[in-house]
Amino acid sequence: MRWSAILKRLALIPPTLLGVGAIVFVLLRVVPGDPIAMMIPPGASPADITRLRALYGLDQPLLSQFITWLGQVASGDFGRSISLRQQVFELVGARLPATLELAALAVAMALLMGITVALVGSLLRGTRAEWLLDTANGFFLAIPDFLWALILLLGFGVLLPLLPISGRLDPQLAVAFRTHFYLIESLLTLRLDVAADLLRHMLLPSLALALPFAALVARLLKAQLAEAEDQDYAQIARTRGFSRTTILQREVFPNALIPTVALSGVQVTLLLGGTVLVERIFSYEGIGNMAIDAVINRDFPLIQGLILTFAVLFIALNLAVDLLVALLDPRLRHG
Amino acid sequence: MADLVLSGPITATPSRWRSALARGGARLWIGGGLVALLLLIALFAPVIAPHDPAEQDLMSAQLPPAFIRGGEAAFPLGTDSLGRCVLSRLIYSARTAVSVALIASLLAAVIGIALGLIAGAFGGWIDQSVSRLIDVWMAFPPVLLSIVLAAVIGAGLTSVIAAIVVVDWTRFARITRAETQAQLARDYAAAARVLGLTRAQALRLEILPNLVPLIVTLLAVEMGIAILVEVILSFVGISVTGDTASWGGMITEGRQIVYQAPWIMALPIAAVIISVIGFNLFGDGLRAALDPVQRR
Repeated sequence: MRWSAILKRLALIPPTLLGVGAIVFVLLRVVPGDPIAMMIPPGASPADITRLRALYGLDQPLLSQFITWLGQVASGDFGRSISLRQQVFELVGARLPATLELAALAVAMALLMGITVALVGSLLRGTRAEWLLDTANGFFLAIPDFLWALILLLGFGVLLPLLPISGRLDPQLAVAFRTHFYLIESLLTLRLDVAADLLRHMLLPSLALALPFAALVARLLKAQLAEAEDQDYAQIARTRGFSRTTILQREVFPNALIPTVALSGVQVTLLLGGTVLVERIFSYEGIGNMAIDAVINRDFPLIQGLILTFAVLFIALNLAVDLLVALLDPRLRHG
Repeated sequence: MADLVLSGPITATPSRWRSALARGGARLWIGGGLVALLLLIALFAPVIAPHDPAEQDLMSAQLPPAFIRGGEAAFPLGTDSLGRCVLSRLIYSARTAVSVALIASLLAAVIGIALGLIAGAFGGWIDQSVSRLIDVWMAFPPVLLSIVLAAVIGAGLTSVIAAIVVVDWTRFARITRAETQAQLARDYAAAARVLGLTRAQALRLEILPNLVPLIVTLLAVEMGIAILVEVILSFVGISVTGDTASWGGMITEGRQIVYQAPWIMALPIAAVIISVIGFNLFGDGLRAALDPVQRR
């Protein structure tokens, strides 16, 4: 049942991506700004402009532009960026790892914080401290990532300048990287000073992304823990003399985890979408920051490529969450 | 028989309202208070603001707030880099925020609820196509979609509102669709059919009133979101232009001189946070107050 649902979801991916592509394509073509006007040097002749329009296919009718683009995308060619004059595929490939590392760090931090808060909250059940924790949690949940980014920038970048507030790596630490996964690569090659500097740059933006997500995980998990603790099996374990902490750890937590993963997993896409602004605020060189520049520069091929990249990531994440839930849940293992 | 049905499901007697208010608890009161405060500030901006928000005084630019050394009593919260009164701009920005919040969330609600109701009630290919449309929408990063949209329409308040409506109608559509299906499966919906109500009548008289608590809650939350989207679009440089004051615009300007004058960025951030928390608490409180399950 569950597996057939996943298969059905797989089948829906191509039409969804096609829809995303079509909407972006049409939207961008009604933009009043002319991308060619932004790239020509002053004094270019009308003939030059016409040639450039033809080079980027902008002189064709909308439908034939779309079909050409679809055919190219299907064969892995996402076109050339108009403003950066490089292949979109290469540009996105160079920036995507930065965003993935940032998002992964944020998710890890959020899980750590969220699970801790939920467990502490469960142990405090029924006390005044629990109310305080819940209220604080609601506050963290209500403020979105980009506002946290601005608050953290103000707090730890300006008022109490402890951490860098811009970029991915100190330019003085210019080292050659073989991949674009700087953090993973520097950890694997044991260049710990570089890894430490990368982490210092990532700390504030990833914390901004992590805080609202951590609050969400904490709220969901805490509710599930409370529900699981009231179940018969937990009560029976209690009467058999196991301590509350042991039961929470061994019986209640694994059972509460499955619905929490199912409910919060989907929200990871929101965190990923949040990278757009948070990267912008901290001048972090990921695809989110690049996307805003692409919009400002009316760089059609780049915007299309970036939005498709985000859409693929969103869909892949949703699927991964479903698979994870299926793997975690013993009842679905034989299904 | 028909009269019985037409009397409507929510005929609130005063005691019912009172118990609903009690159920809402502190969240409803604090949230409602903050929202009311925001509305009042927006409404009476010209009365409260000490200066014209667009009035420039380059001689007294980047003054700190009056309670910090170097501040002037005439500018209680200091001035920005053009010498405009920060307090007055904060107050007038509430107008921008409230108009964006009200118009955008109501429009998004109308479109989303209509599509959600139709999809939930009629099922079949109609439901399939609305659901697919929602799926496609959900595959977009919302922030990026609103940025692209606002860029398409061009800067300005209308653009901000349009971006919010086009991006956020799915919030209402998804929940309305699911809830309509759930309500239609209940006995009272079947009873309405037995009584001879047409599908449209049943939707209007029976289903829609039962969706009200949910919709009101969503609306409150959506208004908070709308205020945030305005900030986002300002940050990218495609929100209101020129002299129109907005919190997003103030934050963006403040970001550029954050080392010299951190309060210019900090104060509008605080205003946004208070408003968003207010709308969230209000929504939470309303849900508790209006939830039909808890009404018994």
